[in-house]
Amino acid sequence: MSIYKFIIQTNHDTRAAGYLKDAHALGFQRLKSIAVQDLYFIEGQLSQEELQKLALTLFTDPVTQSASWDELPAPLSSGEPDSVILEVSLRPGVTDPVAEQIVRASHELNFKGVQRAATGVRFQVSGLKVEQVEQLAKALLANNVIQHWMIGEITPSFPEEAESSGAVEIIPIRELSNDELLSLSKDRRAALDLAEMKAIQDYFIEEKRDPTDVEFETIAQTWSEHCVHKTFKANIVISNSVNSNYQSPITNYPSNINSLIRTYLKSATDKIAAPWVISAFVDNAGIIDFDDEFEISFKAETHNHPSAVEPFGGANTGVGGVIRDVLGVSAKPIANTDVLCFGPQDLDPASLPDGVLHPRRIQSGVVAGVQDYGNKIGIPTVNGAILYDEGYTANPLVFCGCVGIAPKGKHKKNPQVGDRVVVLGGRTGRDGLRGATFSSMTMDAQTGEVAGASVQIGDPITEKGLIDVIVRARDLGLYNDITDCGAGGLSSAVGEMASSIGCDVDLTKVKLKYAGLAPWEIWLSEAQERMVVAVAPEKISDLQKLCATFNTELTDIGEFTGNGSLVVRYGAKVVVEMNNEFLHDGIPQRQLKAEIREQRVESSNAPIPNHLISSHLISLLSSPNIASKSHVIRIYDHEVQGGTVIKPLTGIQMDAPSDAAVIKPIGTQGVKGIALSNGINPEFGKRDAYQMAWSVIDEALRNAVAVGADPERIAILDNFCWGDPLRPETLGSLVEACRGCHDAALFYGTPFISGKDSLNNEYLGADGLRHAIPPTLLISAIGIVHDVNQAVSMDLKEAGNLVYLIGDHQSSVISNQSVPDVPKFTLQVYKALHQAIRSGYVKAAHDLSEGGLAVAIAEMCIGGRLGAEINFESSNLFNEVNGCLLVEIAPENKSAFEKQFDNLPFQKIGQVTETPTLKLGNHEIKVEELVHAFIHPS
Amino acid sequence: MKPKALILQAHGSNRDFDVMNALTLAGADVTGVPLNQLRDNKTLLADFQLLVVPGGFSYADALGAGKLLALDLISYFSDEVSAFVEAGKPVIGICNGFQVLVKAGILPGDSVIASEAKQSPTQQEIASGYRPRNDGVTLTFNAEGHFECRWVNLKSTSQTCIWTKDLDEVIACPIAHGEGNFQSIENIAKEHIALTYVHADGLPANGLYPINPNGSTLDIAGITNTKGNVLGLMPHPENHIHNWQHPLHTRGVKNGSGLKLFQNGVKYAKGM
Repeated sequence: MSIYKFIIQTNHDTRAAGYLKDAHALGFQRLKSIAVQDLYFIEGQLSQEELQKLALTLFTDPVTQSASWDELPAPLSSGEPDSVILEVSLRPGVTDPVAEQIVRASHELNFKGVQRAATGVRFQVSGLKVEQVEQLAKALLANNVIQHWMIGEITPSFPEEAESSGAVEIIPIRELSNDELLSLSKDRRAALDLAEMKAIQDYFIEEKRDPTDVEFETIAQTWSEHCVHKTFKANIVISNSVNSNYQSPITNYPSNINSLIRTYLKSATDKIAAPWVISAFVDNAGIIDFDDEFEISFKAETHNHPSAVEPFGGANTGVGGVIRDVLGVSAKPIANTDVLCFGPQDLDPASLPDGVLHPRRIQSGVVAGVQDYGNKIGIPTVNGAILYDEGYTANPLVFCGCVGIAPKGKHKKNPQVGDRVVVLGGRTGRDGLRGATFSSMTMDAQTGEVAGASVQIGDPITEKGLIDVIVRARDLGLYNDITDCGAGGLSSAVGEMASSIGCDVDLTKVKLKYAGLAPWEIWLSEAQERMVVAVAPEKISDLQKLCATFNTELTDIGEFTGNGSLVVRYGAKVVVEMNNEFLHDGIPQRQLKAEIREQRVESSNAPIPNHLISSHLISLLSSPNIASKSHVIRIYDHEVQGGTVIKPLTGIQMDAPSDAAVIKPIGTQGVKGIALSNGINPEFGKRDAYQMAWSVIDEALRNAVAVGADPERIAILDNFCWGDPLRPETLGSLVEACRGCHDAALFYGTPFISGKDSLNNEYLGADGLRHAIPPTLLISAIGIVHDVNQAVSMDLKEAGNLVYLIGDHQSSVISNQSVPDVPKFTLQVYKALHQAIRSGYVKAAHDLSEGGLAVAIAEMCIGGRLGAEINFESSNLFNEVNGCLLVEIAPENKSAFEKQFDNLPFQKIGQVTETPTLKLGNHEIKVEELVHAFIHPS
Repeated sequence: MKPKALILQAHGSNRDFDVMNALTLAGADVTGVPLNQLRDNKTLLADFQLLVVPGGFSYADALGAGKLLALDLISYFSDEVSAFVEAGKPVIGICNGFQVLVKAGILPGDSVIASEAKQSPTQQEIASGYRPRNDGVTLTFNAEGHFECRWVNLKSTSQTCIWTKDLDEVIACPIAHGEGNFQSIENIAKEHIALTYVHADGLPANGLYPINPNGSTLDIAGITNTKGNVLGLMPHPENHIHNWQHPLHTRGVKNGSGLKLFQNGVKYAKGM
């Protein structure tokens, strides 16, 4: 067998300029040029003529590309003088959809001698010494987690063809001491504490045997923070900070809290008891009523740890994962959201902690990963945010959300005795092993290396096949239960589905990407793009036909038995036989301590001296957190499915930031739509977690209401990203945030329908210092818009119209807390605004958030390329407040509009002008300057 | 009788339902047919009067957008698709569908480029018996170097093309692609240019980004074959068939919708 290598040169390759720019930004100033070529490798036996045909028909575009090829080992091709060749290829086992297509297409073309394929990239670097090119490879051009690289010619590695031994190890847990139990947990990266390890030990002492490695790994995954949310279900003892006189803000603070989820999140939803909530907290995604025919589901997930070590793959599979959550409630995905938190893009590369990728590289990788998956699978990415804070340098946050739609009453969640356990979609490899436990641990400088297998590249087209199959199978009633394969793989998906009924599965039936996997690896693999369904035996053939139509693999691996126990075999050998009750309910409740600390008061609202107002506004507009994100938004397809009514960028030049997205789901009749928005504020999180929770819920709601959502028909999701909950003050701020969520949800009557947490977002650098993220709560809101034709955008519409400030600006500003209050009448203000929108009075609406009133009106001017004359107390121009919006009203609707706000706080603060100048009192700034600051920040 | 339209659903199509909505609204009887089903029953195609290769990422754009689906068309349906085109039935390829039609050699079709101007095949090509299928034209990576989603304006420049005939109004609709940069070895004959990128007022983009969003030569957004029954275009008129889809609908703008183009195709298909 030979290996052939093809080098493809593209004329005017645009990638070269991008790499050059990035490399310069990362400090490789001496780099003169960098040329990029694509590499394809084929293993097999081919004639010269066949090689030539392959190169010309398959690998090159006759207009723009040329190819050369050779058999490996090839004589070292000489590049330009003084240039260094660097070649990069994927590690064996990393998903490579292009390589798979090369093999398939070669066979379609009758090149039977093609056995396997691999891909790579070749860089020709000028201006740097070899050692510097090696540095550049690490910093920018390659990632050890998924790739290997070499100066000079690389030989691709194909997965080894090892036979699976089926070896199962017995773990002698019964005789271990406490210390040995803890080191077992550590050695197997199980992230279990002593109480949990002892519970496992007790179970097997009772069973009079030791567990297999498959059983131990199954328990570790099932009991991971990622799968079971043990912090949110823990019993928490509360204390006030010992070192201060600080008293909890409410006197009846309980001395202990038995489960944050039950006490604060679910309980809020239960108390609100909204009749239009169809499913909350129980399924893969929350579900609300849409119209007579359809229901809408919504879920947001995080994929932080994988994105830190492999930004593209981490974000890519994050998007893929949350889409499967929505498929898991039998819904067709119709919209994606993504909220991203990164370190400063201009961070000095020298100050990076050891083993951490530069924030610039993390951002470009994450954004490319979101783009690749969302665009290819055909789901519009319509709402999101990007935030920068030094606290995210080592721990970027990647929140991926997905909305789905399904006809009512079609989602089944009830496996029957005798149903087959069926795996749909991608094949199983060594992908993402121990991902659930990986995400539950603090990272260290070595994490990137040892966690290699935890990060994968997604394959959106395979998942598209799953959507095509599942939506049709649902309508045909071909399955009785469905769930996605996420963290924990089959162990978690099958285990969860069989948790009451029991099942018997054979791992040798599972289709593998390559041979050589041990039983525990098959059972635990987190290979992407897989779903598990429970199918009645007589319906298997119909499902099989459907799968064949959409190039989706179906594998029958066993049966739901009805005897309540989980039995996993590897051929004749039983490798797991466990009581389901122990597996799912046997985890001891965690006992944790939380310390409620005094809020950090910061005078962040120091008044801006009058003469600096214009320059301050300009500098705010061009600051990273406020400036336009169009360079990211435009590379996401936000139009596919044809339902995007309010787009992420809006206004006459389509370059102003929308408050929220409105979509009209494809396939629905009538004029109804949904609004999608978010609220997030790490700056407030650092100061006062309780008030922060109120603020971000308010932000999500006021954004949704601004575009036309009915404030009485909004549901929300929580996503908590925090540090290590074993540290009492960290857990204290988490408790405070949950309490804030509860109180604010009740205040607005807005139920939580789903949530997720990602804890341990900390990083122990080689410097020995702990790097933790700011306490970060993302609230994602989904609201009903009764008529999409009435949706409102934020751009100023017409000169002569009036500008109103609605909401109690004053009381939000004068509170002496470090985070603004939500004023008392806020909900009534939102309801009145909604009525005004329904009546057609509101020409534009925009919420006040970072940068306050001044930034809000500036953005509205940018949107409409119109001016405004605003008279407002200048000392409060930039205050970040809650519960306030600016609205534009035509003069003829003045009195009708004001009547809607009877007894509510509002004030007319100015009007829209034809002259494109923003006048703030006696300050004048040309709209052109605002645009420039916002769109081209220096 | 409503003309029957077949929407080819390939591995990775994703604007199939979007174009089905547009054609339904334009008066066609639409059926989405997965490629594997058509492979099992190739004669099915002849029962239809209109063929659509919709947008998406067939085979994830591996080895170049549209390339592998084009290979499928050639390998499996070469005769059936040729007969369909020869019969003069309307065919439209949108975005990825356009890339497929070009890379399968269906567009621009025969004798697009004056033969003397055509680059001769290399020695290698002759030796291997290979002839490039796409007659010296291609859709390559956007000049800006990345995927882009934004609204553009299109002007019809062909009265031969049955799809763009009598489209007097500028059509506004989104693009969403990374490989939409139309390039040819020699200038493509004028009669093949069906749609160009223009300013909202209809003035030519003259290569100015982002009016011309991808760097296409001569601002080409869509091309047609000699007969005028096949149209390929990068933008998505199927995503502007309702007023609320237009980005300026909140400003009361009612810009030319993409529906007219589909109505043209359906009207013509009725006669087939």
